[in-house]
Amino acid sequence: MSAVSDFPDWGDPHSPANSYRLSQGYITETFPETSVPNMVTAVLADYRGYDTMFETVVIFTAGIAIIAILRRYGPKDKVVPEQKLYKKEPDLIVETTCRLMIPIIQLFALYVVAHGHHSPGGGFQGGVIFGASFILLALARDLQAAQKWVPENRILNLAGIGIFIYSGFGFLCLLLGSNFLDYSILHKVMGVTPIEARSHSMLGVEIGVAFTVAAIMFSIYSNLASKGEMKEGL
Amino acid sequence: MIWIFDSIILIFLVVTAIISLQVKDLLSAAMIFGVYSFLMCLLWAGMAAVDVAFTEAAVGAGVSAVFLIATVLRTSRRSSD
Repeated sequence: MSAVSDFPDWGDPHSPANSYRLSQGYITETFPETSVPNMVTAVLADYRGYDTMFETVVIFTAGIAIIAILRRYGPKDKVVPEQKLYKKEPDLIVETTCRLMIPIIQLFALYVVAHGHHSPGGGFQGGVIFGASFILLALARDLQAAQKWVPENRILNLAGIGIFIYSGFGFLCLLLGSNFLDYSILHKVMGVTPIEARSHSMLGVEIGVAFTVAAIMFSIYSNLASKGEMKEGL
Repeated sequence: MIWIFDSIILIFLVVTAIISLQVKDLLSAAMIFGVYSFLMCLLWAGMAAVDVAFTEAAVGAGVSAVFLIATVLRTSRRSSD
């Protein structure tokens, strides 16, 4: 408690963290180097792209681990007959509201992903919102209704595709003769200046993150809510 | 003016944190944990860290509260063995 009063003031431009040349470098150099107005995304997806790639892999691994622990195959559902009690007629108000809300939520999620390098947002947030829209569908209707859109094998494919997109950008940079995840070399493929190529590659990388996060979020929910049997949700 | 908001939110933050640790019912603990995440999100937004606030709102207050509630509803007090 007594040490708190020695902290620099909030937003103090002369505090040690703000006056050190690293953060000054990020603040002044980000826009000229990458043409991305949102510094946070530039640091996450470009300067520390390697870190973010393995964060995505961590989420993928967590999803795989939850599937490995919880998922049960085969007809074992005879033990819990009182589940039929929860089976109700679909509520009119809930269903109409969800039918109106879910497209808006998904559109907003796509906006968050696509605009992540210009305004707050990005792959993680957009992916979570997109996965949450399917969770809302599963809560309002049934797990079966949501699984009609995203069956289990498609979930795992989408999660893998996300990591494949991210690491594909990295290996494309290697193939063109630069460092791993050094996006500026991609201007040879994209036909823009090297600075704009970094901005476009950040968008591509965010899309990969969003694929993985959305798929894994819905997979975790459907495993938790159905006791790993993927038959009936909550 | 902003410090009044900040102190109100901080007081509620401490209160919700203590309640969610102390309350016996697991379902209400999960819900109050969602409230805690939402207050944390308000604090981040007040400090102009909008990216962090966005993540906290989506992940902390939204999805992880749903995960916790789903887990609580699907587990029983006694094991079936």
